[in-house]
Amino acid sequence: MLSGRHVVIGMLALTMVAWLAPGAMAADPIRIAYVDPLSGPFAATGENGLNQFRYAAEAINKAGGVLGRPLEIVPYDNKVSPQESLIQLKKVTGDGIQFVFQGNSSGVAHAISDAVQKHNERNPGNRVLYLNYSAVDPALTNEKCHFWHFRFDAHADMKMAALTDVIRANPKIKKMYIIGQDYSFGKAVADAAVKMVGQKRPDIQIVGNELHPIGKVQDFSPYVQKIVASGADAVITGNWGADMINLAKAANDAGLKVPFYTYYAASDGVTAAIGAAGIDRIRLVHETHPGNPSAPKGLGDYVAGYRKLHPKNDVNQPRIHTGLNMLALAIKKAGTTDVDKVAAALEGMEYTNIGGDQILMRREDHQALMPVYISVHTNKAIVYDLDASGFGLAIENKVEREKVTQPAACKMQRPS
Amino acid sequence: MELLLFSLLNGVVYGMLLFMLSSGLTLIFGMMGVLNFAHAGFYMLGAYLGYTIAGHLGFWAGLVAAPPLVGLLGALVERQGLRRVHRFGHVAELILTFGVAVLIEEIVQLAWGRPAKSYTVPAVLDFSLFRLFQSTFPAYKAFMLLISAGIFVFLFFVLARTRAGLIIQASLTHPGTVAMLGHNVPRVFMVVFGIGSALAALAGVIAGPVLGTFPGMAQVLGSIVFVVVVIGGLGSLTGAFVASLVIGIIQTFAVALDYSLGSLLGGLGLTVARTGFLSELWPITIARIAPILPYLLLILVLIVRPTGLFGTRES
Repeated sequence: MLSGRHVVIGMLALTMVAWLAPGAMAADPIRIAYVDPLSGPFAATGENGLNQFRYAAEAINKAGGVLGRPLEIVPYDNKVSPQESLIQLKKVTGDGIQFVFQGNSSGVAHAISDAVQKHNERNPGNRVLYLNYSAVDPALTNEKCHFWHFRFDAHADMKMAALTDVIRANPKIKKMYIIGQDYSFGKAVADAAVKMVGQKRPDIQIVGNELHPIGKVQDFSPYVQKIVASGADAVITGNWGADMINLAKAANDAGLKVPFYTYYAASDGVTAAIGAAGIDRIRLVHETHPGNPSAPKGLGDYVAGYRKLHPKNDVNQPRIHTGLNMLALAIKKAGTTDVDKVAAALEGMEYTNIGGDQILMRREDHQALMPVYISVHTNKAIVYDLDASGFGLAIENKVEREKVTQPAACKMQRPS
Repeated sequence: MELLLFSLLNGVVYGMLLFMLSSGLTLIFGMMGVLNFAHAGFYMLGAYLGYTIAGHLGFWAGLVAAPPLVGLLGALVERQGLRRVHRFGHVAELILTFGVAVLIEEIVQLAWGRPAKSYTVPAVLDFSLFRLFQSTFPAYKAFMLLISAGIFVFLFFVLARTRAGLIIQASLTHPGTVAMLGHNVPRVFMVVFGIGSALAALAGVIAGPVLGTFPGMAQVLGSIVFVVVVIGGLGSLTGAFVASLVIGIIQTFAVALDYSLGSLLGGLGLTVARTGFLSELWPITIARIAPILPYLLLILVLIVRPTGLFGTRES
């Protein structure tokens, strides 16, 4: 029989071993928080994002890591709720993590951005950096900009500028219908569409401007019916996740044949849901070459490698690779993980992304400037398909960086 | 005209789907006095089982096999769970069903993963039934309507015309007397619970391909089903039927309406101020508040008629 004293000594010894072991085995990792939905209607989008972060981190770690330390992605489930995100952010700071990536939903992004700014002003010794890889409400880098927020995706106005260039060149479009999710991003898309279509094609009539609750609508048939009734000959939508899948399904069911100009109608189940009904009809505005009909050097291997690990998923957010690598470079350049120094190193950084595009992190507003692509949903000449469905995106237009760039309206306050 | 007709059709299809879910729930409540929180979970389980069976043996096998499987599970939950905690009162039963709901959601995520499943409409039904003006009506929706109408007729026939239905109805109101007459009332409860769960699963199998099969599907529909049951009157099948159709139609029609609150008041001869208190409220269209309309209706019903439309007892 073991006596109580033996057990205590044994446990102490175990604790000692556990305490010593990590230091002896590997360098302390640089931990990076990933705060995005891992449950609920947008879980598919969030989980695929997490896998892409881990995949990108793996590549960096294989090449020796950053400052001799590996990167570790730590997931936090925010259920795309701003309130839940703030709780998770508290956990992140409590866990001593300094870098936070978040992308799904601009509503969440506003909450996090705001909280990060306040936290950093109050805790100068324990700051965090907010790296936004997908939330594209323009306000985040304009009215609401601050020193500790960086965005790696082209924002809604930049993408709308590219989309409306394509729409301008299509004389068949006379009546436009806008439908989106009822929150800051959906409204930003609608406002930009009304403004830019009005400027570039004043003859186009906006026959509908609809907002529906985000993540709550299961059957989009009534909305589609309304689009049909309006006589629209083209639709603009910023819908993503389940809202895009269900909208596409309902449109297919009702036999709606008009072209769709979208922000996120691909991958994570959307491409498979659209299927044959969307060929040459669904268009997407996005960053980085879609890989079809011929992929830029480097992109193909990266995409194929990911597919091997996750047979049903795609690299649908190359900006994750861009964001993580730019952060790694900034930490290297700063020589430390001190948040203010890393942020200063990111400002004005130039980076060639996985698709060969030149990315510039604009100093004035921390918005990444980049060319934008318009691609079409098709099954012809698809080398890298999406959702393992045989369908994919093929490039139609590339709109150069200078044409997409919007003026910076940010008045940046830098810590002194 | 086209908008009106298709909105009506879509509303009825959605309403009948709600009925399939709420019929089981309202019967279970009528019997046991317990709101079964796990009900929407059985709906989700039905969709996932249907999806998995469809992958191996085809859609029709899933349609036939998934509901009885879930029904058996429901009966098991009643026999081994609810019946045991019954003597500790309603709160214990409520918590048990809540626990089962959470359990089902976690199990579904563990077994099938988080991403949405591409549960597709069977090829036989993947065509448009008819075209009117510019819109088409998918055959699958007609099929959904047919199944749910069939269930409705079947339920009413069983409950109103058969001996088994007589015993069930009697057990709802006078369980003691029915037991005295030599019927096994606990077994009646178990069977009704099982059938209710099987109906929820059937709704899941046929709704999965249209409304999406993902771990959040129970939550999205779960709350609305409770609204249906309360508005219809707890325990009333007719009430559930009427409330399902009303909510289905209200929700689809509200989306189609572009009137704002301000313009509605304007129609009544009232003018609204463009600035000041509440001024942000007036330009909101009915379409934008469509999803909360059922809940507004719920509050209205609870204020005006707390027993629900066809209910006989206070909720």
